[in-house]
Amino acid sequence: MSDSWFVTNLRAIRGRAYPRVIGSKREPSWLFFDITLPILTVSAYAYIYKYMDSPPEFVGYVILGGAMTAFWLNILWAMASQLYWEKEIGNLQLYLIAPISRMSILAGMAVGGLFMTSIRAAATMVIGVAIFGIALSFAEPVMLILVFVVTMVSLYGMGMMFASLYLLLGREAYHLSNLLTEPIYLVSGLYFPVKALGFWVAAGASIVPMTLGLDALRQLFYPMAGSNDAFLSVNTELGILVALCVIFLFLSKYSLAYMEKLGKTTGRLTLRWQ
Amino acid sequence: MAVSHDLRTFKNAAWLGWQMEANWTDPFVFATYSIVKPLAGSLILVFMYLVIMSGETRTAFFSYMFIGNAFYMFIAEVLFGVTWVIHDDREHYMTLKQVYISPINFYTYILGRAAIKIAITTIGVLVTLAFGVLALGVELDLGSVDWLVFFPAFFLGLLTILIMGLALGGVTFLTAQHGVGINEGIAGIFYVLSGVIFPITVLPDWAQKISLVLPVTYWMEGIRRGLSPDMMTSLSGATGLQSFSNVQLLLALLVSTVVFAIVSVAVFRYADKVARRKGKIDWTTAY
Repeated sequence: MSDSWFVTNLRAIRGRAYPRVIGSKREPSWLFFDITLPILTVSAYAYIYKYMDSPPEFVGYVILGGAMTAFWLNILWAMASQLYWEKEIGNLQLYLIAPISRMSILAGMAVGGLFMTSIRAAATMVIGVAIFGIALSFAEPVMLILVFVVTMVSLYGMGMMFASLYLLLGREAYHLSNLLTEPIYLVSGLYFPVKALGFWVAAGASIVPMTLGLDALRQLFYPMAGSNDAFLSVNTELGILVALCVIFLFLSKYSLAYMEKLGKTTGRLTLRWQ
Repeated sequence: MAVSHDLRTFKNAAWLGWQMEANWTDPFVFATYSIVKPLAGSLILVFMYLVIMSGETRTAFFSYMFIGNAFYMFIAEVLFGVTWVIHDDREHYMTLKQVYISPINFYTYILGRAAIKIAITTIGVLVTLAFGVLALGVELDLGSVDWLVFFPAFFLGLLTILIMGLALGGVTFLTAQHGVGINEGIAGIFYVLSGVIFPITVLPDWAQKISLVLPVTYWMEGIRRGLSPDMMTSLSGATGLQSFSNVQLLLALLVSTVVFAIVSVAVFRYADKVARRKGKIDWTTAY
């Protein structure tokens, strides 16, 4: 008896997530680099805040932001660029002829990436907190988890959409991912409250779910200071993030179907070394 | 004869480097790409500073931080760039073996490829500094620059970075999957420990001791003393190297450059020898 469509696609998600989860064990040195590299940047920024005698919560903001960079880098290099790389090594055509939803492949990439990156981000947080001795509030644990989960779903939804759009690119893919690093760190307020950029810039940057997610997490971890530095209230940010989840997941499905059709029409789905 | 041959190798390697860096798009997009990234990196620090210091940028510390961060681009781009040349040629274009067997000096080839990275980074640094001076009041007056400190410090430091890049390139022969991590790790260590964006005196004592053996620490201090001597004088608090005269500073930079150069060349030669023996010169690992 053949499996139902649902079970088949669940298997596809598991199958695509598997190499990312197991990959962490196969290359333990990467775990070391993925944890220590953000710590170095975080330390530099933490020391500069210390040098300026800033309030202690700013060091905490930097550590939270540093942990969040792991997710953004994962979106750029392991989600957005992934289908392009799959095309380069010849896997994309196999995905497309498999009797599964294309969304299962993207979802598997997202689930595996999220798992792998969460471990690294958590380690960065723990080490950062231990080194700099910062105190975090856990007064609203349910809200913390809810904000984090919704932020991640919308962020990875955005990554799924990018994965399709990157199929349009050739060598530009590498450069685009490079270009979307520091500028996004800047406008998302990864190392300072995004409110400092002014309302309209912060509002524009909110299209990247990390912006609002980080702002909300800072308010929850630092109820007093975080509220003063907040861009919007936690509830408003959560509402916008839920909306972004729906929008990005819809757009990712639509854009993948469009890119597949375009690729087939122009004969570029299997074209390498553009 | 040998010199003109090397010059031709250098020129062709630089041309190749330029094509690989820039021909993926049109010149306008490439120029924008080359400028936006470094500016955004600097603006992160600017906003961190503004949030705490309530908008006052005409301070010695702001200039200290801004200039250091601008010149750090050389470390991030050139160190990584040199290593990436070796990695890219071997893994992605699979041309390293042809480069090896062609009748050219390998070091000249690497230098030529790196020259383009240096040129592009220099433009990024100049644009960033110009933005800092014109828009943010960074203290940098061309009339008061101490060129006798700046030029030796700048070129010695750049040489150190190039040679270290070569050593790390050698390491990627043996551990392709770790090359990027090691590279970024070393660049990150310099960022934290070399007084790039804050004086090393804010670091714990044990970390300051490490800072004092890193050539980049002396490089950063030398560049700042050369470019903005007044700013360095008026910076309140110690930089950690205030007891060094300019001559002592340049000497310290020279000594650490020589030491790092010897170690780096030895590492590269060793890695090269092992890679040849194990047949790794034309290996591809899919990393």
